[in-house]
Amino acid sequence: MAIDTTLRTATISVLVENEPGILARVVGLFSGRGYNIDSLTVAPVEDGRNRSRINIVTSGTDMIIEQIKAQLSRLVPVHRVADLSNEGPHIAREMALIKIIGAGEKRVEALRLAEAFRARVVDATTESFIFEMTGNTEKLDAFLELMRPLGLAEVSRTGVAAIARGTRII
Amino acid sequence: MSQTQTAPDAAQQPALQAGAEVLLRALKEQNVEVIFGYPGGAVLPIYDAIFNQNAIRHVLVRHEQAAVHAAEGYARSTGRVGCVLVTSGPGATNAVTGLVDALMDSIPIVCLTGQVPTHLIGNDAFQEADTTGITRPATKHNYLVKRSEDLARVVHEAFYVARSGRPGPVVIDLPKDILINPAPYTAAATTAHRSYRPQTEPDAGQIAKAVAALKGAKRPMIYTGGGVINAGPAASAALIAFTRKTGFPITNTLMGLGAYPANDPQFLGMLGMHGTYEANLAMHGCDVLLNIGARFDDRVTGRLNAFSPNSRKIHIDIDPSSINKNVPVEIPIVGDAGKAIAALIAAWDAEPGDVNRAALADWWKTIEGWRGIDCLKFHQDMTKGAIIKPQYAVQRLYDLTRESGRETYISTEVGQHQMWAAQYFRFDLPNRWMTSGGLGTMGYGLPAAMGVQVAHPAALCIDIAGEASILMNIQEMSTLAQYRLPVKVFILNNQYMGMVRQWQELLHGSRYSESYTAALPDFVKLADSFHGVGLRATSVDQLDDVIREMIASDRPVIADICVDQKENCFPMIPSGAAHNEMILGAGHESRAPGITDAGMALV
Ligand SMILES: Cc1ncc(C[n+]2csc(CCOP(=O)(O)OP(=O)(O)O)c2C)c(N)n1
Ligand SMILES: [Mg+2]
Repeated sequence: MAIDTTLRTATISVLVENEPGILARVVGLFSGRGYNIDSLTVAPVEDGRNRSRINIVTSGTDMIIEQIKAQLSRLVPVHRVADLSNEGPHIAREMALIKIIGAGEKRVEALRLAEAFRARVVDATTESFIFEMTGNTEKLDAFLELMRPLGLAEVSRTGVAAIARGTRII
Repeated sequence: MSQTQTAPDAAQQPALQAGAEVLLRALKEQNVEVIFGYPGGAVLPIYDAIFNQNAIRHVLVRHEQAAVHAAEGYARSTGRVGCVLVTSGPGATNAVTGLVDALMDSIPIVCLTGQVPTHLIGNDAFQEADTTGITRPATKHNYLVKRSEDLARVVHEAFYVARSGRPGPVVIDLPKDILINPAPYTAAATTAHRSYRPQTEPDAGQIAKAVAALKGAKRPMIYTGGGVINAGPAASAALIAFTRKTGFPITNTLMGLGAYPANDPQFLGMLGMHGTYEANLAMHGCDVLLNIGARFDDRVTGRLNAFSPNSRKIHIDIDPSSINKNVPVEIPIVGDAGKAIAALIAAWDAEPGDVNRAALADWWKTIEGWRGIDCLKFHQDMTKGAIIKPQYAVQRLYDLTRESGRETYISTEVGQHQMWAAQYFRFDLPNRWMTSGGLGTMGYGLPAAMGVQVAHPAALCIDIAGEASILMNIQEMSTLAQYRLPVKVFILNNQYMGMVRQWQELLHGSRYSESYTAALPDFVKLADSFHGVGLRATSVDQLDDVIREMIASDRPVIADICVDQKENCFPMIPSGAAHNEMILGAGHESRAPGITDAGMALV
């Protein structure tokens, strides 16, 4: 069988037992085996069962992504692993807080673009704005690209939260 | 009250006992009969609890690495979980090599490590180490017990995790206050684990596909590994039945030796870097490859893009992450090797039609041609005073142990002697061969043999060793003396780190940088000072007598077998080469067409 070497991005959701060291296990697996982590989010899921959901955006060939899933699945505290990008349509969102420092024309332009991208102003001084923006990774990247020449000073991004569309659950 | 004697029944137990007592009670429930350990401040409460009971035996090793290897030997030769106890800090860090060794070779171990009291964790307290942090990538799973009420449950869970699915080592880090404070006992859970439930039953559809592919084969090949050993003796019995039924050729990995009887005509010997010519060429040339419980390790596959290039591949493994990791396979089957082989047999019988017997006969003819090369042939000069060839030493060890009729277990260190042991000692049963396969840990063999001997007191337990490796855990001779464990150390003494020297010869212009050991000890005197028996053979005429005397002795023995220093391990697939690019030994007379001189030619 020929090995497919095309790279793809995968959004993997992992349902884990919420116990000490679980994040270190997951992150250690990625670093120890040389897999990429493009973004990672983790938070408890409130289903009364002491579980957390970890969303990882990674990239690799199909064979590597299958390997990542299998490696995650065999961690003892892992309940379920799903490759959302491969198992049907899904929604992925991230939030960013974006600080723009500047004055004059650039400041006006930044505000105008923010409106067009539906970014909210959550803080303002005479020389700065903080925008809050939610969307998929591409939208955030595009907005940040536009902000770069307009005084982009600092960004804080949450990483991706993702969920399958429709009735499907992991 | 807390001094519980042997196997008390649950009704007589107080509701709360000291953590150390609860720990021992849980170990008893898990049928632990022996612990390999070494004491220290953090585990003194456990040692106190051990002192007060007789149900569990403790074997005091001389180094914590050896405790883990001994538990590995115990586990591999019995199919049970091996148990280790070490103190915090240096006790735990010394155990790490053993843990990684067990992880790489899928050996079930539970290792209890002491830890500073919970309120001191993170304070750089005396003999504190971040044991769960250090051992996270060294174990299948690990636990830090922070609450007394979790203690018993964690111990039971650790044993479940260690033995279930693909087995492996599990660490339980035990802060000292948890060992002292009262804790409740809970029996092992009878319900399924909340998250870890490995699949053991093979999928019937995949089994049917596999049988169809196998029946359609013209040049089939069976390749099996440690997974068959781990699945228990019944899996080996099923493998024999299936192989005989199909008439297919079979090879075993280093880890899988003994699963199929080595003297059976369908057995092509071990495969891989120092595997036989016929096994590797059959792997290269087959059209359907059935892998059972092996993992397409790089020592086995050689250059990946040239590995078994024209075969349809079926892979049975209990660990889904082993499938499609290195080699893409067409028919993956997740499950226990024993169950999968039984399912293959049932499906083979149920499906109509048979394999093309004429094509299979042709395939065997080709294989016999390769076999005819006799790749393991070597020349031993039999004149009095002649130097002993290491291959001959192993061959005689095999012959004479067989002649003795004793139940024999072999462990090895790492190096050329290990490969010669794998090539020339022929195993007919599983669980008789303990070698460090995945990690290749020098210093493994002596403590492993010690663990085997503890499990099988009447058996003949031999460590086939190199003179360099044996020095890495030689202190265990003292343990052997203390417990009267009559382990035999059979050193193929070439005064070189032979395997290093071989690579330097082949790849680094024979510049033998730091691979010669000057000032080796006198192993005969060394045995003597450790209360054992020291023997030596320096020429071929002395060999049999030394082996016989070694086998007959009821004490620990070191047999120093002085062998030809220049001998190399062949055949060999140089790393990065393909199976059909094997090097045969220099001076190999009957060569396949196309082999050029100097033993360096590609086949
Ligand atoms: C702990 C450890 N350190 C280093 C090595 C690398 N190594 C592999 S084989 C070998 C030489 C072993 O020499 P010896 O025990 O005399 O065996 P021989 O090859 O001579 O039979 C070395 C250093 C290893 N496998 N393990
Ligand atoms: Mg040597």
